[in-house]
Amino acid sequence: MQKIYTNIIQIAGDVIMVEASGVGYSDIAQITTRRGVSLAQVIRIDEEKISLQVFAGSRGISTGDQVRFLGMPMRVATGENLLGRIFNGSGNPLDHGPELTEHLTDIAGPPVNPVKRIIPNKIIRTGIPMIDVFNSLVESQKLPIFSIAGEPYNELLARIAVQAQIDIIILGGLGLKYDDYLFFKETLEKHGALNRAIIFMHTAADPVVECLLVPDIALAVAEDFALKGKRVLVLLSDMTNFADALKEISITMEQVPSNRGYPGDLYSQLASRYEKAVDFEGAGSITILAVTTMPGDDVTHPVPDNTGYITEGQLYLKNAVIEPFGSLSRLKQQVNGKTRSDHRAIMDTMIQLFASYRQVVEKQAMGFQMSTWDNKLLQYGRLFEKKMMSLEVNIELEKALDLGWEILAQSFTPEETGIKRSIIEQYWPR
Amino acid sequence: MEKRTGKIVKINANMVTVQTAGQLIQNEVAYILASEARFKAEVIRIKGNCAQMQVYESTVGLKVGQAVEFSDELLSVELGPGLLGQIFDGLQNPLPALAKKCGFFLKRGVYLDPLEDQTRWDFTPLVKVGEKVLAGSWLGFVPEKIFKHYIMVPFALAGVFEVISIAAPGKYNLKQPIAQIKNLAGKIYAVFLQQSWPVKIPIRAYAEKLRPTEPLVTKIRLIDSLFPISRGGTYCIPGPFGAGKTVLQQLTSRHAEVDIVIIAACGERAGEVVETLKTFPELVDPRTNKPLIDRTVIICNTSSMPVAARESSVYTAVTIAEYYRQMGLNVLLLADSTSRWAQAMREMSGRLEEIPGEEAFPAYLESRIASFYERAGLVRLHGGINGSLTIGGTVSPAGGNFEEPVTQATLKVVGAFHGLSRERSDARRYPAIDPLISWSKYTSFLDLAKQKLGHEVLVRSQEIFQMMKVLGEEGTSLKEYIEYLKGDFFDFVYLQQNAFDLIDEATTKERQIYIFNFIYEILIAQLNLGDKEQALRFFQKLKQLFRTWNALEFKAAEFKKIEAEINLLVSEKNF
Repeated sequence: MQKIYTNIIQIAGDVIMVEASGVGYSDIAQITTRRGVSLAQVIRIDEEKISLQVFAGSRGISTGDQVRFLGMPMRVATGENLLGRIFNGSGNPLDHGPELTEHLTDIAGPPVNPVKRIIPNKIIRTGIPMIDVFNSLVESQKLPIFSIAGEPYNELLARIAVQAQIDIIILGGLGLKYDDYLFFKETLEKHGALNRAIIFMHTAADPVVECLLVPDIALAVAEDFALKGKRVLVLLSDMTNFADALKEISITMEQVPSNRGYPGDLYSQLASRYEKAVDFEGAGSITILAVTTMPGDDVTHPVPDNTGYITEGQLYLKNAVIEPFGSLSRLKQQVNGKTRSDHRAIMDTMIQLFASYRQVVEKQAMGFQMSTWDNKLLQYGRLFEKKMMSLEVNIELEKALDLGWEILAQSFTPEETGIKRSIIEQYWPR
Repeated sequence: MEKRTGKIVKINANMVTVQTAGQLIQNEVAYILASEARFKAEVIRIKGNCAQMQVYESTVGLKVGQAVEFSDELLSVELGPGLLGQIFDGLQNPLPALAKKCGFFLKRGVYLDPLEDQTRWDFTPLVKVGEKVLAGSWLGFVPEKIFKHYIMVPFALAGVFEVISIAAPGKYNLKQPIAQIKNLAGKIYAVFLQQSWPVKIPIRAYAEKLRPTEPLVTKIRLIDSLFPISRGGTYCIPGPFGAGKTVLQQLTSRHAEVDIVIIAACGERAGEVVETLKTFPELVDPRTNKPLIDRTVIICNTSSMPVAARESSVYTAVTIAEYYRQMGLNVLLLADSTSRWAQAMREMSGRLEEIPGEEAFPAYLESRIASFYERAGLVRLHGGINGSLTIGGTVSPAGGNFEEPVTQATLKVVGAFHGLSRERSDARRYPAIDPLISWSKYTSFLDLAKQKLGHEVLVRSQEIFQMMKVLGEEGTSLKEYIEYLKGDFFDFVYLQQNAFDLIDEATTKERQIYIFNFIYEILIAQLNLGDKEQALRFFQKLKQLFRTWNALEFKAAEFKKIEAEINLLVSEKNF
């Protein structure tokens, strides 16, 4: 029988303190208030004084309310029954479907033993040439999309959710606008992708503590599928809101902030989520794509900065295109050697030439004379921007490579591209 | 003796406060007796009758009132044959054995023996009864992989000892004594193949520390030629994310000319460690023809593993490195990344509610970093043989800004600085070490005057490049333009290497000297190039030839053919 405690002695921010005994660290409690029942999690124990963060927020909690400790950490239901369903950050249904309680698993479970991981070696095709050709997404990769407010990052995520060749999509919304939530839901429904997807949605109007739970819940569900052999893609948007929620709680708990108010363990907190990305030896995999908005377009801001150190590359979404410079999939070398023999050559050459194009554009803007070579580059760059970079483009990898050759042939002679002769002979359009 | 015990009174993330009636020892190891297992912890502060401990495991589910048992021992590692080729976590738990026992996940509170005790090692004695020995003296050896693994008088024993018995040649396991030694007071100690040592204390069982002078060849041209490292020296690689710190460390761990490499993957991505631990058993060390893993020890405490163990992982690594140095070997410790280690200290300091220093790092950050790097060094052992420990640490400065505390504290104590720049890595220049900001206090194997000229050419080229950005090509004279092209050429064909080309990824000392001297002649040549267009074409052609040249086997027929082509091209334009 679980004891019920009623002596709440402090309420500050979304953290309450209650006097109790025999409570385990990180355990879950139920708080019954006038407004209903909310879950809360133990975040500090000082003898009899137990600090809890309340998922539904502390507004309206009375010092006489009842707190019942459940004697276990936070758990979430897993399995096939979740497919096509939508839940909030605490795991409660948002779609009028039944509450699920089977196959409960602890969230934020132990880390994977590094020796049980395998070297990533499978490409995930997305139909977006700027990803497939230039920065291939690889199973078990963790890749952030660095962007700024106003960019179509949710549109990009939704397209990937619809198009990616993968078994299961788990979408975690963190502090999203309600419109964005509806957009995701409608897009997935429209393209018939909802039946292979699970959505955990925390909107900006929801209590901030719930935001902290979304990645853990989404990843715990993903891990369960992956262990059963499924290839899971976890999409998170927006992880900056997660970091801000961490900041809010840690300031409430009077922790010494390290950089711009963020807690000193921001790196470890983010890493423990991103590192759930894994390719299990003899089972499935988890891949993570996470939007991280950069406040003020500043990549040195603590959130994108710490993220960049954790993830395996990053995609920059700028002016509604995936920016070829700075964007990097660190794992692409593991897969792009075995797609088609011209993949690497196209990737390297097109980017190098595009870099030269950008220099010429700069030169042109400053009013310097254009040489013949400069003009060729200008033509090339414009074609590249229009036919490859645009997010509208939706073609499979091989088609995109063919398109690459076409663009090169329209602008240059084979020698000018510097591509190895053997590959030119095989692929140069006649 | 009765074990001292205590009771948990506070829990704050991975810091637990324990109340006890008995005495307390700073930094001693204690075990929390949780319901399902015993969790390791270390005392980090003592206040009255309370000890504040960092727990090396997740504290989920711990309760106030649970018992804690103190061990009387500082956090130690086991040293003995069987370390090479192993993969440990920060507390020296063998990860492959753990995987066998627990499967995919790291289960809390499971601690296995770091060294297998069933193995019987072939012991050969080196001393006779009656000989005088000191801590660190070699009593005999066992073969471990390709090395003679010397069995030494335990480092913790002080004074002169007399050997009173020594085992005959034969097979012994780690638990069987192989010698007995007696000190002046007549006290007798047994010596085993294995000994333990507290990680946070340097092993100092050597005669003296020497100045590092001999270059450590990494086969990375930019490092060896311009910013060399010495055996026994220290260096750091700070750089923003994505600049290629880890790739650089991985290639160094493969190609560096040392006997043993210790890799400390501290708080970084698990995926990178996986690459090392899956490929090293298959990669062959060209110098020994044995798998690379045979000369490697991996200490891996990746970012999602417990933070407190991350803090201890660099100490575990450096202690194992020091141990092999005591055998007269050249050891290289690669720590990736020291910033994560510093952050682990910061997390703990925050929970202890210490007054924070800059960016909330603790005030003792600098002294901790300094004392870590000071464990490197070239030493003369008691037997007269030298051993060296070189430490290379990466730094991950917040925002790529080198002004931050960890980078600055590191720069104060290291002998070489290989600063990576975002611009170079964005331009796909590998290695992304920026030659304009890096420095080294060690000497390379190149002629000093020539090396200096190489550096000057780069600096001059960069100046002209900056000028051209403002004035355009039209604004520079032909002479300046050629100077710019020379620097660009030197950078492109010599400083940059193709990390994906089997030959170009590693350049031997002989080849570096040969190629550098060859390029030197071009750098000082007065070239007869009519106009800028001609100059550009000339260097483009030269670059292309060199690129091919770099990928060819040294002094093979094809290599010589390209060399002749280059000579012809240059001699046509040379006055």
